[in-house]
Amino acid sequence: MNQQGNAVELEGVRVVRGGRTVWSDGDLSVPAGAVVGVIGPNGAGKTTLFQVLLGLLPVAEGRVTVLGAPPRRGNRRIGYVPQNYTAAIGEAVRARDLVTLGLTGGRFGLRPTSAGERARVDAALERVGAAGYADRRMSELSGGQQQRVAIAQAIVDDAELLLLDEPLANLDLRNQHEIVQLLGDLQRERGATVLVVAHDLNPLLPVLTDAVYLLDGHPHHASIGDVVQEDLLTHLYGTPVGVVRTPQGDLFTRAAWRDPDPAGGER
Amino acid sequence: MSGFLADIGFQPDWLEILGTTFMRHALIGGSLVAIAAGLLGYFVITRQNAFAAHALAHIGFPGATGAILIGAPVTLGLAVFCIGGGLLIGLFGKRVAEREIATGTILALATGLGVLFASLAGANASATTSVLFGNLLAVSSDQLVVFGLFTAAVALVLALVARPLLFASVDPAVAEARGVPVRALGVTFVVLLALTITMAVQVVGTLLLFALVVTPAATALRLTARPAAVAGIAVAVALGSVWIGLVLSAMVNLPPSFFVVAVAVATWLVVLGLTGRRSEVHQRASRDAHAHHAPAAPVGGT
Repeated sequence: MNQQGNAVELEGVRVVRGGRTVWSDGDLSVPAGAVVGVIGPNGAGKTTLFQVLLGLLPVAEGRVTVLGAPPRRGNRRIGYVPQNYTAAIGEAVRARDLVTLGLTGGRFGLRPTSAGERARVDAALERVGAAGYADRRMSELSGGQQQRVAIAQAIVDDAELLLLDEPLANLDLRNQHEIVQLLGDLQRERGATVLVVAHDLNPLLPVLTDAVYLLDGHPHHASIGDVVQEDLLTHLYGTPVGVVRTPQGDLFTRAAWRDPDPAGGER
Repeated sequence: MSGFLADIGFQPDWLEILGTTFMRHALIGGSLVAIAAGLLGYFVITRQNAFAAHALAHIGFPGATGAILIGAPVTLGLAVFCIGGGLLIGLFGKRVAEREIATGTILALATGLGVLFASLAGANASATTSVLFGNLLAVSSDQLVVFGLFTAAVALVLALVARPLLFASVDPAVAEARGVPVRALGVTFVVLLALTITMAVQVVGTLLLFALVVTPAATALRLTARPAAVAGIAVAVALGSVWIGLVLSAMVNLPPSFFVVAVAVATWLVVLGLTGRRSEVHQRASRDAHAHHAPAAPVGGT
């Protein structure tokens, strides 16, 4: 395997949590610069994969390489947006404070934030379109705005690998579109590798290049075109899933029990 | 008018009372506590630990009465029980709901033990009362030394850990991924909180402590969310409550605990009244702005 060209490599990895094997035989390589959907049913170990990459959970077996090195806690080259990110953040912090913590939050001592650091925080807020509410409290922001701030915090330190856990949960359609667009743009501008955990593939399909899918207790990697197949998705989710290609060439998945057989781009 | 003043126990010589040694001790001791409480209050709120702060004060109660029972210094008994209780609460679940149940249960046990120890020690009612309601006017010069050391320790450690502690408090998952020692900071925070509560119990008592440790920071947070400004305003509100409370208590010869708490709560209520309206307007304005503005990124990528 090519060390330089891959952002993430797993070789024979087994992950155990609380005495239970979450998944095993993890063998995959995610090329640098990919936008990867991490998919699989509830409890398949998608968040666990992130914790392994972040160095928060040691593997029971096998070898993991992240950006050319073993995973370690505090890797500043990784930006992370956890699930339900802002649910616990109350009215005590402003958007700007949260992004600043992404840059200086690990620093002990009293040294104040420098002008250069403030400029980087402003640039990150600007990039995600959050400059207009940078001084508002997190509790005053909408779900979409909070998610932008979370992404600003993840990119403020120029991360090369972005891990986002369900960034589209609880967002309305417009905000989903905008966040997906932003992820695609960030990848193009920075050449960053982006891994996104998602339940619903559809909003992400326009930007995804690859997928990591957790099937039958093993993680697999494939290009996105190979994943969006009816039999694979049906097997993956354990419920009939259909794939639709619109006349414009857009791909959609549909739950076969719910959505009528397609005549066009409707989901 | 003078009849009314006499009825409420007005003391015409209150200025002289303020100059006495016990008042001076009260002023210095109360100020030290106010500084520590104001600084820590911000983190109590960002960590959503207000209930734990309240509970720790109660957990100190058996420490104080137990100390009376075995003839040890009350401050020592309070500190041991507050730190121990804090660590015990920290051991229980991470989820707020679990933590609250554990906290409340330990609180009940501690209060029961406090009554038991007080009874076994044959402590008179006034000793128990001063633990429950504080007795600022009985602060000794020895206690002042301890208060000074505690406050210096709290301020120094907070200065060192403020940033990572804030990160770990508001955003523990990301902080942990970024290598911040979240658990160690949690323990550090509990110890600082226990030291502060140990002092504050002796000023306003276990039952009223909330108003000195949490309310000033809550008041400050209504006014601003800039971390340094919140800390500054919280310290100012706590100091003002102690000072004004002491002056009022000298004027009418009633317990300072009541006045300290009353000033802090009154300040909170006034700020709540003033900012409640403004923040509603603010939120409505911002919602409108959000609704009318064009989205930052172009929509429709499919």
